[in-house]
Amino acid sequence: MKLTHAVLVAILIAVGAGMVSALAAGLTIGLPAETAALKPGPGAEQVAGQCLICHSADYITTQPRDKPLAFWKAEVEKMKKAYGAPIADDQIDAVAAYLARNYGSGSQ
Amino acid sequence: MADTRAVVSMRRSRRRFLQTASALGAGALVGGRGAEVAAADTVTLPIGNGERPLATYAQKRPLIVLTQRPPQLETPWAVFDQGVITPNDAFFVRYHLAGIPTTIDGESFRIAVKGKVNTALSLSVADLKRMDAIEVVAVNQCSGNSRGFFSPRVAGGQLGNGAMGNAKWRGVPLKAVLDKAGVQAGAKQVRFDGLDGPVLPATPDFAKALDVDHAMDGEVMIAYAMNDADLPLLNGYPVRLVVPGYFGTYWVKHLNEITVIDEVLNNFWMATAYRIPDNACACVPPGSAAKQTIPINRYVVRSFITNLDDGAMLKAGNDVLVRGIAFDGGYGIREVDLSSDGGQSWNEATLGKDLGKYSFREWQTRVVLTPGRHELKVRAVNAIGQSQPSEALWNPAGYLRNVVETTRVTAA
Repeated sequence: MKLTHAVLVAILIAVGAGMVSALAAGLTIGLPAETAALKPGPGAEQVAGQCLICHSADYITTQPRDKPLAFWKAEVEKMKKAYGAPIADDQIDAVAAYLARNYGSGSQ
Repeated sequence: MADTRAVVSMRRSRRRFLQTASALGAGALVGGRGAEVAAADTVTLPIGNGERPLATYAQKRPLIVLTQRPPQLETPWAVFDQGVITPNDAFFVRYHLAGIPTTIDGESFRIAVKGKVNTALSLSVADLKRMDAIEVVAVNQCSGNSRGFFSPRVAGGQLGNGAMGNAKWRGVPLKAVLDKAGVQAGAKQVRFDGLDGPVLPATPDFAKALDVDHAMDGEVMIAYAMNDADLPLLNGYPVRLVVPGYFGTYWVKHLNEITVIDEVLNNFWMATAYRIPDNACACVPPGSAAKQTIPINRYVVRSFITNLDDGAMLKAGNDVLVRGIAFDGGYGIREVDLSSDGGQSWNEATLGKDLGKYSFREWQTRVVLTPGRHELKVRAVNAIGQSQPSEALWNPAGYLRNVVETTRVTAA
């Protein structure tokens, strides 16, 4: 579908405002701005860079808080192995440590 | 409580929407509701770490946000007491991968039918609408619905009970489309893929499969309407697969590829994820792994009280109406029983209108409570005698929860 610049801008404004627009037969929606965030602290930037490429921070923050480091390490390994998360083998422990420190039970 | 706040937030969003809409001028916009992130409104699910924001997404009323990217939205519980059909704007949303379409042209959209077929097809929605239509009222429930209640807790989407809904679906039988294409001898499964996909090339694309016999049963449907309207985009516009009685993982959204294959689909989403223990209870001792697994399939029997919240205060000696919903994997609900003494004695409830064996079935009964605390329990039995366990079963992925639900009330 060819769009004139003006129409496109109007759509982008509408979409940016998070509304639904119908243009000819098309259906366009906007998504609310992402507000979920990770706790700041050592490792947070690395985790944000490697985990939040594919999903918002609430995938992490809504997990049960009664889990040990081993739970978080297993999750990081699953994300790498099953989903292709770009986490090098020698970075897995650091990522898991941040997650366990901020969202875990404190046990190993 | 949550419900009241939701309404407040919806009004606030709507006002903002109207302001923005008038600034832009009418015409380009439909749908009527703003997708503002609902300011500070939250609900707290009755699980550890259960606080969730409420937010209004396009074509939706305020829903409980499990995750923002990709969107996973849960239906507020009060909706299930307001009618046996879940409105489109209240229907839960579940995506796996963040590459979701936000612009879809319903006219140029095509479904490719290919693989082990005599004639490959490219069908538009208009083509489907020219074929004989079927309708079914059917529950769509997420495999992980109620995962947050597992004990011990398990990893995954920490859902309450709101990742389910009941809608009237209209579309064409998948069988009619496959017959048009001509399924070749030796076909084993049919693979379904939609427009949504991964962010990284290394992430397995979301695709699911059904055995050919199941795909050809005449009930599996390519649906283009939900409750007599177009599907909301976040529920699969313009067409999704409807697999009555089967968990939502098979109900592929934005369905644009149907491939007949001569093998069993061996991708991550069939062979690794969405597996349940291969035994009679589909369960293992809490905390242990399953030795043999199979793909998740039919719903297990569930029933809920919808009009009384846990902790409700009631008047002792009064006739109290207790009502709710029940459903199963497609045999139909035969009986619903209510206990007001923690499960020692049970009384049969009156079933509501039968909308078909795949639908929620409403039920109601009345109880008179003596002063004090009471545990109300509800259990359902389906047409083949399956019911619900009194103690929760456990499996590593947090699927299939169907314990007899308990609502604690106090009469005074």
